[in-house]
Amino acid sequence: MSKQIVQLNRVVIRFAGDSGDGMQLTGDRFTSETAGMGNDLSTLPDFPAEIRAPAGTLPGVSAFQLHFADHDIMTPGDSPNVLVAMNPAALKANLHDMPRGADIIVNTDEFTKRNLVKVGYETNPIEDGSLDQFKVHPIALTSMTVEALKEFEISKKEAERAKNMFALGLLCWLYHRPTEGTTEFLKAKFGKNPEIMKANLRAFEAGWSYGETTEEFSIQYEINPAPMKSGTYRNMSGNLALSYGLIAASKLSGLTLFLGSYPITPASDILHELSRHKRFGVMTFQAEDEIAGVGAAIGASYGGALGVTTTSGPGVALKSEAIGLAVSLELPLLVVDVQRGGPSTGLPTKTEQSDLLQAMFGRNGEAPVPIVAPQSPSDCFFAAIEAARIAITYRTPVFLLSDGYLANGSEPWCVPDVSLLAKIDPNFATELNHEAADGTMEFWPYLRDPETLARPWAIPGTAGLEHRIGGIEKADGAGTISYDADNHDKMVRLRQAKVDAISRTIPELVIDDPDGDARVLIMGWGSTYGPIGAACRLVRAEGKSVAQIHLRHVNPFPSNLETILKSYDRVILPEMNLGQLSMLLRAKFLVDIIGYNQVRGMPFKSDELATVINDVLESM
Amino acid sequence: MTTDAFPALSLVPKAEALQTAKDFKSDQEVRWCPGCGDYAILSTVQSFLPDLGLKRENIVFVSGIGCSSRFPYYLDTFGLHSIHGRAPAIATGLATSRPDLSVWVITGDGDALSIGGNHLIHALRRNVNLKILLFNNRIYGLTKGQYSPTSERGKITKSSPQGSLDYSFNPVSLALGAEATFVARTIDSDRKHLTEVLTAAAGHEGTALVEIYQNCNIFNDNAWEPLKDTDTRDDLMMRLVHGEPIRFGKEQEKGVMRKADGHLEVVEVAKVGLDNIISHDAHAKDPGLAFALSRLSNPRTLENTPIGVFRDITRPSYDRLMREQIAEVTEAQGAGDLQTLLFGNDTWAVS
Repeated sequence: MSKQIVQLNRVVIRFAGDSGDGMQLTGDRFTSETAGMGNDLSTLPDFPAEIRAPAGTLPGVSAFQLHFADHDIMTPGDSPNVLVAMNPAALKANLHDMPRGADIIVNTDEFTKRNLVKVGYETNPIEDGSLDQFKVHPIALTSMTVEALKEFEISKKEAERAKNMFALGLLCWLYHRPTEGTTEFLKAKFGKNPEIMKANLRAFEAGWSYGETTEEFSIQYEINPAPMKSGTYRNMSGNLALSYGLIAASKLSGLTLFLGSYPITPASDILHELSRHKRFGVMTFQAEDEIAGVGAAIGASYGGALGVTTTSGPGVALKSEAIGLAVSLELPLLVVDVQRGGPSTGLPTKTEQSDLLQAMFGRNGEAPVPIVAPQSPSDCFFAAIEAARIAITYRTPVFLLSDGYLANGSEPWCVPDVSLLAKIDPNFATELNHEAADGTMEFWPYLRDPETLARPWAIPGTAGLEHRIGGIEKADGAGTISYDADNHDKMVRLRQAKVDAISRTIPELVIDDPDGDARVLIMGWGSTYGPIGAACRLVRAEGKSVAQIHLRHVNPFPSNLETILKSYDRVILPEMNLGQLSMLLRAKFLVDIIGYNQVRGMPFKSDELATVINDVLESM
Repeated sequence: MTTDAFPALSLVPKAEALQTAKDFKSDQEVRWCPGCGDYAILSTVQSFLPDLGLKRENIVFVSGIGCSSRFPYYLDTFGLHSIHGRAPAIATGLATSRPDLSVWVITGDGDALSIGGNHLIHALRRNVNLKILLFNNRIYGLTKGQYSPTSERGKITKSSPQGSLDYSFNPVSLALGAEATFVARTIDSDRKHLTEVLTAAAGHEGTALVEIYQNCNIFNDNAWEPLKDTDTRDDLMMRLVHGEPIRFGKEQEKGVMRKADGHLEVVEVAKVGLDNIISHDAHAKDPGLAFALSRLSNPRTLENTPIGVFRDITRPSYDRLMREQIAEVTEAQGAGDLQTLLFGNDTWAVS
């Protein structure tokens, strides 16, 4: 039968199922095919902290949302056009996000009385009319998969497990996605088990064929490629981009990359990734605890490596004293904090921006640390290089504040030409640098560069530059132990001045204000860039004016920030915390900030931020 | 002594000229309390370092916090005075990434066994190329006199006016339990023995733990005095020498015998006969003998205290294994190319 083909500009799909249903894999595959089609896209995996919560329960629901379009997009989408619900729990957990008229594909095989009761459905929602406002497609995904695989020598359980591939095949048909990538993927993934491989391939094909033949779907959709600047593209997730950025920084500086890390969600993938790249000389050290992770990184930096530690909020708390040591030693160190919901264990798999003040102030004494925050998954690559540049140039620990949304989200990335990336000069000290009173030359480990205020980095093995340093206050210049009051006051101010001086090498903020008429400025930092940018588009599409800036450098601030803030009538600042950057801006610049704050573990939606902007516009 | 005596230091550049103790004295005024055992250890280490024949700039001393941890300031090598308990972790990063360095950790009973206990045991099991000198004075000195993890139970201190309730650690037993490949014990005032033990430690590939009985004359004076007093020491202390029967006493009249149930016992040699006295085997693969020896001493009276090298076995160091893994992967796959890495396997072109 011939089907109608409808062109769409954009689609948001959410795959949802039990933790063991393979929804992340299904989403990843669909994303790959979509990337290959040349659509712009943005993804949002959302999975529980439990590895396998009890099957069929609400806490066990794992979801993957994908937004793809024929134009450039900035977020994984506010609400899905399509929900694939593999069981009643997945339906119940996600229904509240579904707009009226959305398509819902449900796996009817799982809508048994027992499974319905498990999540509190007294009657079957597919049959009781409660889904009347949606386009429900009841499909026996499991039994059709089992039927399609009956000739294979695999158990029923193994056959059932392939139902995600059936669903993927159906969705690939529905949205005209190519299938070669998934075919290749399955061949590689199950290469060692040919029967399972063939079964999964068959399930995938069966899903596709079902779409082609069933009357359940009368329309097939097409989404044209998005115009993008020319180049070679790949799909890129935040943790992967960050890992590659660290390797790039190592190459650009000529320093060995040494990672000291203790596994923690959602940062562990960086440890996993870097441990795979030994051919780049990368050293990964899985430490006994968070403190040892940062300690080893400091030790490696002392020896002339690029010391990096990766963690999340609770790990930062444990590393605080050591980060203070690095401030005092004035050694390069990258502290990567992939933020998650807090306090304490909090929400390990959910996103939040609530470690900003911890990164700023979470140490004893006056211990300033520069902070860099990537704004999108692929931007983690460049942010990592920038953080390394600051750390190496200024001999200082630097915080790289990613978050769970950036870490696991993905987007197309125009792969940069590495020959165009700027080199980073470690500028190791090799010479004596100070003339003693008796005319002999000596080495002063705290004699600063007048421009950057950075101290010399003299690594062991450098003849004549033997010196002793530590966490005790040091004499300005000579670096020997000093308890002198005036010296301490001077050293505290020097360390702060050094961090402040970084702003001279930070690009000035560029205001995005297409018509130049805006009186309201909306700003953000880190991962909120996408939702804020998308909200601005919505507002501007209504003919209204709003300006946007976004901070990549949160400490120190770009030099023109104060001027910008003071040139708008209203400044709006959405944050996934209770107003941490707002507090810093008010304190530093005495400007009022209209905060919009949420800590729900999920990124902002663009329409809710558009409402925030519109409310402020209307109040003027 | 030539550097050939230290194959474990083969990757560390050698000094071109002969060195003396004076070469290793820094210009910093030593600020321990007069009479502190640390002076003797410092002097011995300064005299011993020239024996290694290494370039001074390739030697690094890393310390934590406590009286002993000021040690690096007084040596004219590279030195890093870090934070409480973390020296083994910091030194692990340094030693792992720099095979051309001789890395030493200076720590105390509080620094290594209380706040830094976790790092100590993991450095030992990994066998990182570190030489850890643990100054044990059985008291907290820098915080002015609280009981430490090696203080005898019931000790009256500022923080334990009715006597401490804690059972103490035996650092040698702890290290052996943590899979250490080299464990030794020596005494601050015995320059000759301390030098011998340091020499053995320097020649060991991987982590060496050297417990040094050190006197704090301010807060815990004479803690080890029975082992130093010429009248008592020979009766209390047995000197372990690999391959030699374990005998001690003024007349060598005492010895160590293995009983039928497997445990060790101090016996009179004359009664059991020399054939029944066991010989020390520091190279035994199984740490059982070393551990049993470590349990002989009485923590209160110091009777039957062994000193010397308990265990010294060969196992590749962590840093060597890491270098080998990197070399193997690089050999098999070729050196990494950044541009290729960034492209990955799944790209598409937009023109």
